[in-house]
Amino acid sequence: MTDVAEKLSSKDFASDQEVRWCPGCGDYSILKQVQTVLPELDRPREEFVFISGIGCSSRFPYYMDTFGMHSIHGRATAVATGLKATRPELSVWIITGDGDALSIGGNHFIHLLRRNPDVNVLLFNNQIYGLTKGQYSPTSEQGKVTKSTPMGSLDYPFNPIALSLGADATFVARSMDRDPKHLQMVIKRGYQHAGTSLVEIYQNCNVFNDGAFEVFTEKSSKKLETLMLENGKPLVFGENNDKGIKLDGFKPIIVDLNDASVNDLWIHDEEDLVKATILSRFYDDPSVEGHFPRPFGVFYVNNKKATFDQLFNDQIAYAKETFGKGDLDKLIAGKETWVVN
Amino acid sequence: MTAHIDKEIESVVIRFAGDSGDGMQLTGTQFTNSTALFGNDLATFPDFPAEIRAPLGTLAGVSGFQIHFGSTRVYTPGDQCDVLVVMNVAALKVNLNGLKKGGVIIVNTDGFDAKNLRLANVPEADNPLKNDSLSEYDVKSIDVTKITRTALAESGLGTKEIDRCKNMFVLGLIYWMYHRDMDNTIDFIKAKFKKNEAVMNANIKVLTAGWNYGETTEMFANRFVVSRAKMDPGVYRGIMGNQAAAYGLIAASVKSGLPLFYGTYPITPASDILHELSKYKNFDIKTFQAEDEIAGICSAIGASFGGSLAITGSSGPGIALKTEAIGLATMLELPLVVVNIQRAGPSTGLPTKTEQSDLLQSFYGRNGECPVVILAAQSPADCFIMAYEACRIALEHMIPVFFLSDGYIANGAEPWKFPNSADLPAISVAFAEARNKGDEPFMPYLRDEKLGRPWALPGTKGLEHRIGGLEKQNITGNISYDAVNHENMVKLRQEKVDRVANYIPAQEIDNGPAEGDVLLLGWGGTYGALKTATLQLRGMGYNVSHAHLRYLNPFPSNLGEILSKFKKVVIPELNNGQLVKIIRDKYFIDAIPYNKIQGQPFMAAEVVAKIKEILD
Ligand SMILES: Cc1ncc(C[n+]2csc(CCOP(=O)(O)OP(=O)(O)O)c2C)c(N)n1
Ligand code: SF4
Ligand SMILES: [Mg+2]
Repeated sequence: MTDVAEKLSSKDFASDQEVRWCPGCGDYSILKQVQTVLPELDRPREEFVFISGIGCSSRFPYYMDTFGMHSIHGRATAVATGLKATRPELSVWIITGDGDALSIGGNHFIHLLRRNPDVNVLLFNNQIYGLTKGQYSPTSEQGKVTKSTPMGSLDYPFNPIALSLGADATFVARSMDRDPKHLQMVIKRGYQHAGTSLVEIYQNCNVFNDGAFEVFTEKSSKKLETLMLENGKPLVFGENNDKGIKLDGFKPIIVDLNDASVNDLWIHDEEDLVKATILSRFYDDPSVEGHFPRPFGVFYVNNKKATFDQLFNDQIAYAKETFGKGDLDKLIAGKETWVVN
Repeated sequence: MTAHIDKEIESVVIRFAGDSGDGMQLTGTQFTNSTALFGNDLATFPDFPAEIRAPLGTLAGVSGFQIHFGSTRVYTPGDQCDVLVVMNVAALKVNLNGLKKGGVIIVNTDGFDAKNLRLANVPEADNPLKNDSLSEYDVKSIDVTKITRTALAESGLGTKEIDRCKNMFVLGLIYWMYHRDMDNTIDFIKAKFKKNEAVMNANIKVLTAGWNYGETTEMFANRFVVSRAKMDPGVYRGIMGNQAAAYGLIAASVKSGLPLFYGTYPITPASDILHELSKYKNFDIKTFQAEDEIAGICSAIGASFGGSLAITGSSGPGIALKTEAIGLATMLELPLVVVNIQRAGPSTGLPTKTEQSDLLQSFYGRNGECPVVILAAQSPADCFIMAYEACRIALEHMIPVFFLSDGYIANGAEPWKFPNSADLPAISVAFAEARNKGDEPFMPYLRDEKLGRPWALPGTKGLEHRIGGLEKQNITGNISYDAVNHENMVKLRQEKVDRVANYIPAQEIDNGPAEGDVLLLGWGGTYGALKTATLQLRGMGYNVSHAHLRYLNPFPSNLGEILSKFKKVVIPELNNGQLVKIIRDKYFIDAIPYNKIQGQPFMAAEVVAKIKEILD
C-alpha cells in the first residue's frame, strides 16, 4: 500500500446517529474511549468492523462510523468468527454485555476464546440486564433483588476473568468506564494482541444497577479497593500505596508495607498463567472483612498461540500449494466415468 | 464346472441386508459403482439404523441397501426386491415382506444359529430354514462364514478379521450372477487396505471365492444378463445426493468467483456435505465446524457480510436452532444458503429415515413476516443443479435461500450425465464500489430491479455502514420505528421473494398431457416414485399427468395456469399434508392430499393404487 493512511480524529469515528443511552450511562464513556483510541491505531477507518449482540451495550456499533452489525442476542462472537476467518485483514471488534456474552451467548463465548481468532472483545459488565429493564444477570451478586427476583437471586455469579482464563483465552484484562486513561490503555493493548483479547469493562447502569462498582471507581475508596496491575511491577495498593500482596507458596497474603519490604512482594508477570489464575480469584465481596482488592489491568497475555484465522487460512494456502488450484470439471467428473453413445 | 444358462432380463432389484457390522452398505455401494460403470440405469436406497453399533444380531441392528438397475430407465430403488441377501435371521425377518413372491433369498446359514435366533426373538422351533415358511421363495442356503474361514485359514488373520470379509463373498457371488466386472472393487480394496496387505489379500481372496462358488456349484441354474441402458448419449458418472449437493455448492463458488464458507454442526443426514466440502480446500472452500448450529449459521452470516458465498447446512433439530438467525439474514438482506437435508421429526424423530416434513417450517417457521426463497431437489443428481441454483439466487438477489433435500435422495445414488462447467448458468456478483469524500453518501438499502440491495464489503473505502436485526428505513438503512415504514419494508421483503419468479424456469409437466383428469403434483425427493407411478398408470390407460416442483417459493409463475387444466390435483407427500395446504391457500383449488409418514419413500405401487382409487 502506497497510500498514507489519512489522519483521523475521534470525530471521524462518530456516526450521524443520535446516541440513545440513558443520560449518565457508563456506555457513553466506553464509546468515547474507543473513539479516542481508534485514530491512534493508524489504520484506515474502513478496516474496522464492530459486531454486537443485543442489549443496551450492543447498540454501540450504530454510533460508530465504521462497518458494523447489530446481530442477535449472544451470537456476535459467532458472526465475528465467520467474518474474521474469511477476512483476516480486517480489525474485528465484538461488543457484548454480561447477559449477551455469559448467559445466552455463553457457549459461543468460551468457544471463541479457545479458538483464539484475532478479534477484540469488549464485555460491558453492568451486572444487570439493562435493555430488558433490570433483571439480574449472570454476573449479579447472589441475593440480588430485581423485578424478577423480589426475594433475591439464587444463582452464584460468574467471574468473567476466571471463566476466560478457564477457556484458555490468550489476553484477559479488566477496566472500568470511570477511568478513561486506563480504559484507553487496556483497549489499545487488547488491539495490539494477536489473538482474541477479552476486556471486561465495569460499566455503571445508573438506571437499574446504579453504583454497582462505586467502591472501585469512587476517589474515596478506589485506592484501597483496587489493585492496578502493571507488568513487572510489585502488587501495591492502598491509600498511600502502603499495602502489598505477597505470595506464600500459592497463597496470596496482604501485607502492610510499613512492616514488609516492597522487594518481597509479588511481581506481576502477565505471561504467568498460574499467577493470573490466582489473581482472577481476587473476587471478594468488598464488604467482607479481610477481602482482597479487585485487580484491574492486564491479567494475562499468551503470545505463543497461533490465531484461528491464521491456522484457518494457512490450511487453505497449504491445500492450494499441495494440490494446485481446484479444477471444477475434474471434480465433477470424478474418477470413473462411462460414455453412452 | 457346471453349465449355466444366461437369462436376459430388463431390470432387477437386489437388497443386501445384514447386521450393522456386516458391511452391507459397502457391499451395496461397490455393487452400485460396478453396475454404474457397466452402463445400467440405477437407483439405490441405503436404509440403516440410527445407532452406529446397534445391538448385534437384533432386529434394530439390521442395515439394508437396495439397488434397482436395468437396461431401461430406472427412477426408483424399486418397491419390492427380486433378490434378497440376508446375513442373519434378523435381516430376513425385517426384509421378507419386501421380497417379491417367488424371489430369491441368498442366506448365510451361520446367521441362523441358536444365538442369532434368540437375538432376533425367533423360537428355535420356528427357524425359517427348518420349516416350510419360505416355501414360496427360492432359497439358496450357503454357510458364508464357514467358507470364508476355510478360504482364509492360512491367511494368518484372526477370526474377527476373517469374519469381516464375509460380505466380499456375497458381493463376489452377486457379481457372478449378474455378469459384473470385479476390477473396480479389486482396485477399491487395494486402495483401502494398501497399508495392510494381509487384509487386502484376504478381501480379494474371498471376493473371488464368492464368484467361484457361483461358477462351480450347481446351486444356481441361471446367470442373468442386464444389458446397458438406453440413456441419453453423453458422459456419465455415478453420484449420491449429498455429494452432488456439495459439488453444486463448489461449482457456484467457482462460477461466481467467490470463496465458499460453510458453517455447520454435524448432524445426520447432513454431515456428509461437510465431509465432502472439507476435502476441497484447494478450491477456496472454507469449512467451519462450529460449536452448535446457531454458531454455524451466524458464522456464515459473518462470512456473507465479508463477501463470501456463505452456506450453512443441517437437518431437523439443527434447522430449528437456526431460525432466529435466518430472520436476521432476512433483515440484513445478505446472501445465505441454508441447506436442510430433511429427516423424520419432530425433535430427534427418526434420524436416519426420510421425510418431507419441513416444508411448512421453511415457509413459515420464523418469528415475524419472514419469507425466504425455497428450492428442493428431486433426485440425487438433481441436488447438484438445485444447490447451484440456491447459490445463484441468493447471490444475485441478496437473499436467504433454503435448499431442501432429504435423507432418501441424500444417500441415494444414480447415474449422472454431468454438465460441463462452461454450460452452467453464469452467476453475476458485483460489490458496491469505494467512495471518496464529497461523493453522495452511501445508501445500504437502495434497491435494484430485483429489489436487492448493494453488497458493501467491510474494507471498502467510503462504504462504512451499520446493519442489524432492527427494522430499518428503506434506502438509508437507518433504524426506523416508523409505523408505515415497517409495513412498507415487510411488503418489500415479500415482493423481493416474489420477484425471484421472474428469474426461474417455468413449470413443466414431466409426463403426460397438459390437461386431463388427474395431475400428480409432487415436490422434492418423491420424483422417482411419482414418475414411475405415472408411467404405469398411463400404461394402463389412465389419463394422468405428473408435474414436479423444484422451485417452491416463489412458485413458477405458470403453476396456477397448469393446475387449472386438470379436473383433480393430487399431492402426494411424505408428511401429514404440507404442500397441499399451500397450494389450496394460494390457488384456491380442492387439491387432494396423499400422505405417507413412515420414514420410508413412496412405493410406486402405492401411488398407483391411490390414483386408481381416486379415479375408479
Ligand atoms: C433471543 C432473545 N431472547 C431475549 C431477548 C431479550 N433481551 C434483550 S437484551 C437482553 C439482556 C441484555 O443484557 P446484557 O447483555 O447484560 O446487556 P445490557 O442491556 O445490560 O447492556 C435480553 C434478555 C432477545 N433480544 N433475544
Ligand atoms: S438501562 Fe442502564 S445500561 Fe441501559 S442505557 Fe440505561 S443506564 Fe445504560
Ligand atoms: Mg448487562
